[in-house]
Amino acid sequence: MLDHLNNLINKIIVVIFISIIPFSVFSEEKNNELLEINWSFNGIFGVFERSSLQRGYQVYQEVCSGCHSIQHLNYRNLYEEGGPMFSKEEAKAIAAQFEVIDGPNSDGEMFTRPGKLSDKFVKPYPNIEASTAANGGAYPPDMSVLAKARAGGANYLYSLLLGYEEAPSGFELDDDVYYNRYMPGNKIKMSSPLSDGLIEYSDGTESTTEQMAKDITAFLVWASEPHLESQHKMGFKTIIYLIILLTLVYFSKQKVWSRFNSKNKLEEDDEDTFDKVEEVVTKYEGEDPKSFK
Amino acid sequence: MSEEKYVPKSKLAQWFDSRLPLLTLSHHLQEYPTPKNLNYWWTFGGILTFCLITQIVTGLVLAMHYVAHVDHAFESIEHIMRDVNYGWLIRYVHANGASMFFLAVYIHIFRSLFYGSYKAPRELIWIIGLLIYVLMMATAFMGYVLPWGQMSFWGATVITNLFSAIPFIGESITTWLWGGFSVDNPTLNRFYSLHYLLPFLTVGLVILHIWSLHIPGNNNPIGIDVKKNSNETMPFHPYMVMKDLTALLVFIIIFLWFVFFAPNVLGHPDNYIEANPLVTPAHIVPEWYLLPFYAILRAIPSKLGGVIFMFAAILILILLPWLDTSKVRSAVFRPIYKKFFWVLLFMVILLGYLGAKPPEGIYLILSRIATAYYFIHFLILLPLLGRYEKTDPLPQSISDPVLDKPGLLDKVKKAASKYEGENVGSFK
Repeated sequence: MLDHLNNLINKIIVVIFISIIPFSVFSEEKNNELLEINWSFNGIFGVFERSSLQRGYQVYQEVCSGCHSIQHLNYRNLYEEGGPMFSKEEAKAIAAQFEVIDGPNSDGEMFTRPGKLSDKFVKPYPNIEASTAANGGAYPPDMSVLAKARAGGANYLYSLLLGYEEAPSGFELDDDVYYNRYMPGNKIKMSSPLSDGLIEYSDGTESTTEQMAKDITAFLVWASEPHLESQHKMGFKTIIYLIILLTLVYFSKQKVWSRFNSKNKLEEDDEDTFDKVEEVVTKYEGEDPKSFK
Repeated sequence: MSEEKYVPKSKLAQWFDSRLPLLTLSHHLQEYPTPKNLNYWWTFGGILTFCLITQIVTGLVLAMHYVAHVDHAFESIEHIMRDVNYGWLIRYVHANGASMFFLAVYIHIFRSLFYGSYKAPRELIWIIGLLIYVLMMATAFMGYVLPWGQMSFWGATVITNLFSAIPFIGESITTWLWGGFSVDNPTLNRFYSLHYLLPFLTVGLVILHIWSLHIPGNNNPIGIDVKKNSNETMPFHPYMVMKDLTALLVFIIIFLWFVFFAPNVLGHPDNYIEANPLVTPAHIVPEWYLLPFYAILRAIPSKLGGVIFMFAAILILILLPWLDTSKVRSAVFRPIYKKFFWVLLFMVILLGYLGAKPPEGIYLILSRIATAYYFIHFLILLPLLGRYEKTDPLPQSISDPVLDKPGLLDKVKKAASKYEGENVGSFK
């Protein structure tokens, strides 16, 4: 009776699992697969390519910064370790290109002065409302943490920049709305920002759309995670250290435990002891007890 | 508890200990007898203590730089990430630490379910543990609100709105929780205050949890009582300390792998978008560790019903020691319970998966099935199993051979009966 019950339960469990698993697997929506690039900053040893970050800054400056802010970056970040690593002089010169509102001065007046290394990146608009109003009602998001704020991260940003297409027939678009393969809902207010030869790279690299998309994406990933390189370096060292420590601790533990086990000899290798007992008991089954020495 | 009275060696120590027995306490903690057959699933108590301390220490540093104001919270997090020395490390340890804390607590809870650690005489340990778990959830939820991202804001809105389902007084309670008429600056401030307070209450409960554990001592994989101060137990120090340390290091390696190489995979990208009360995210989802309850909440067609079932899903666990009427603790000797244990685990994971999906179509149907199963498991299956399940024979002691060799005990007994009355001395 109980065996039957047991069998029945087994069957019910199998049926539940078999009926649930395919639903979960096949009901996944098929998303538009993102374009994938073997980014240099991915993986345990991932680091940025300096030249790519420097070009990325140029793309940001010449193309994106008209609408998009990066309010959490400082100009000093441009020369700091792990970033584009412009020289300090270059970074100073970049900062000085911008007008920063400062004050109030001793007369109580606000004034403008050239940017300094300690300043935040100057925003194209004073506030979100101004920015929204100037861009047809769609706020161009601040790009400080954009690479972390979108599912798919770097691949998503890269795909989006290259995802502009003719809308399929029957797909309705309002004025000043564009079709993008990778944008959720496929509608985007930003017109395709990149085109071949749009800017002239100061290092002479050919400015194809793909190249610019790649560089700006790398730049935005760095902007989102300026300590990514030290994070990877420290991570590798820490984990190697911990693995060595774990090995030492594990063997110390074995050593300490062997003390207890030898104090309780009988308990050692239980498995073995029981095998022997079984062997002996079986061997002498039905025999004269006297022969049992 | 060790039986012999501990007396410190030096006069000074005796003087101190007779006034405040800290040395006796320390001695007790070192000598505390633990069953020698505890497996690595028993190391999660130590791991959880580590998690709690890590959260408190990192949280303390974060609190020095964080600004609890709707206009500055998001910015102050970026300040921590970029400009505070090793701020990124401290924040990622704290954020991933919450996830690892829950990972460990779920393993700890399911360990208890499998080996029947909640049964007499350990009901209070179990109940205090559940209180800790509830506090953890409250703390984690409020902590997730602090960065003031989109999921922070909308998660807070959804969860606090649940209270409005309470008849008559619901709306007033919600307004009272918010400190206004929507989730806003007063809400953020009080969440910050409570997020700082609750971990210290948790520390208090952890002390009670361990205290109540040290009265009956640990359960063990076999689930039978061990003879204390025999060779069935070993002192906590150094044996368990070394074993716990080994497991802890493995845990820390996994933990730090997330921190250094995938610090954001357990979070939601939307939380890197600053909170905007005018834009609702496409899908509002809580952190992964709350998803099973979120699935239960949404599986019930009425709001009030959903809230009741969600809270019932936690409260029902308090009754577990009395719902499970089986005298046998460990699932090792409960062939049918063991199967249902795995089904329950599967269903809870399934609920977690469904909690992240929109509540429609097949997802909704599956959530209802899994929710129903969850309650059936505790309310119907466990009481019935206690009555009708035929459990396997229990060994006499935790080192009894019957465990490994079924049928051997009978043989040994048979053989032994033959020698009854014989000279035992010849037997060697």
